[in-house]
Amino acid sequence: MISTIKRFFNTFLLIELLKGLAVTGRHLFARKITIQYPDERTPQSPRFRGLHAQRRYANGEERCIACKLCEAVCPAMAITIESAQRADGTRRTTRYDIDLTKCIFCGFCEEACPVDAIVETRIFEYHGERRGDLYYTKAMLLAVGDQYEAQIAADRAADAKYR
Amino acid sequence: MDYLQQLLGPAWLPIWTLAKIIVIVLPLLIAVAYLTYAERKIIGYMQIRIGPNRVGFFGYRLIGLGQPIADAVKLMTKEIVLPTGADKPLFLLAPVLAIGPALAAWAVVPFTEDWVLANIDASLLYIMAITSMGVYGVIVAGWASNSKYAFLGAMRSAAQIVSYEIAMGFALVGVLMAAQSLNMVDIVNAQKGGFWQWYWLPLFPLFLVYLISGVAEINRAPFDVAEGESEIVAGFHLDYSGMAFAVFFLAEYANMILVSALTSILFLGGWLSPLPFLPDGFFWIAAKMSFVLFLFLWFRATFPRYRYDQIMRLGWKVFIPVTLIWILVIGGFMQTPLGYLFH
Repeated sequence: MISTIKRFFNTFLLIELLKGLAVTGRHLFARKITIQYPDERTPQSPRFRGLHAQRRYANGEERCIACKLCEAVCPAMAITIESAQRADGTRRTTRYDIDLTKCIFCGFCEEACPVDAIVETRIFEYHGERRGDLYYTKAMLLAVGDQYEAQIAADRAADAKYR
Repeated sequence: MDYLQQLLGPAWLPIWTLAKIIVIVLPLLIAVAYLTYAERKIIGYMQIRIGPNRVGFFGYRLIGLGQPIADAVKLMTKEIVLPTGADKPLFLLAPVLAIGPALAAWAVVPFTEDWVLANIDASLLYIMAITSMGVYGVIVAGWASNSKYAFLGAMRSAAQIVSYEIAMGFALVGVLMAAQSLNMVDIVNAQKGGFWQWYWLPLFPLFLVYLISGVAEINRAPFDVAEGESEIVAGFHLDYSGMAFAVFFLAEYANMILVSALTSILFLGGWLSPLPFLPDGFFWIAAKMSFVLFLFLWFRATFPRYRYDQIMRLGWKVFIPVTLIWILVIGGFMQTPLGYLFH
């Protein structure tokens, strides 16, 4: 009985609604958390998974040995690899393509790679103006790796003790 | 001015009236534009965001004040898509039917004692009649689009507006009883003498009912089932694009400002100052309208959408009995020596 009366007055005097208004009213004056992106940036983890890169050893030899583990693990089937024997008897890729329109940036290829050849970098601001522009070939991946090797190596080193 | 009057002869009256209409409609449209900006900004702030702050003028950002202008230009240059299967004449007529009443109602709204286009005797009745016409735009739009979502939105909107019109009308009856007049200038003048004399206090339940019914009338959150983004996409204006959509948008926001103006006039003393020693004037009605508009935005930022049957229950089973009882209370008190409380 009492609870019915209480409920009646609570609904009739709009108590709950006023409480709700108080919450949004307080937030009107709260400090804003918006990051104004091109001017301000959020901090990035060394584990950030952005654009892919192919790495080389310090002597300039490419790391990839065409084991095709990344191709096998890729859940989106974004990686296509063809391999052949090189003149010095080692197995190398003749084709290493990643279709970035298929890629879901899960990082499995990087996890699977036994020689740390395929990695994902911190780069996330890239674009293609035509559909084909986001189909990255071996040469393009190696170029990314060459350009950002210092950053890539530093990130792997920072994360190494947790692996 | 006398010289001009002589020069134009019989053409003077239409031209002078047209000038007055422009003086009302143009600031109204600018107010609509900046109401959308205020809405995005205030709701953004309530969600701990910043809201639009990029588009400015002449290379300066000016906290995004250029945004509504950019939006208007965008909408004006976009194509109006006519869906196949749509009833083309009705499809194009619907936005006109929506905006016509929204603007026509302003003819009798007094901004100060003298600033009123047509100071007619039954101006409140005129407002009730004209605003009820607005629903035709919605229904025709929903019908002509030949789309089930648009049609559902139109049905919901029609049912909702009809239901809340009754509660709203009863709330106004209370005001009429207290003011003893249907003329809005007289209604405001009857509230003279400080903010405790305004009708929001003696008619408090009616004030609340009117405010909430007003939100329902203009299809704003939490009564925006007619739009219902999450269920019926955009409701009655789903198939409209470009300027046709913008006209619906204008009508909705013009109605919003109209309801805020009516609330200010009928319950918050219009252009009267809150304290007797302060001068009355346009500033006060503008401040009161801004406050009511802020309330609308605040509601939208706070309340989730009502379920459809709950809207109907609130309208028919809560508001109508409450207003009827309060009308009886007023009528009863007016027969006693305590009647001065309601004058």
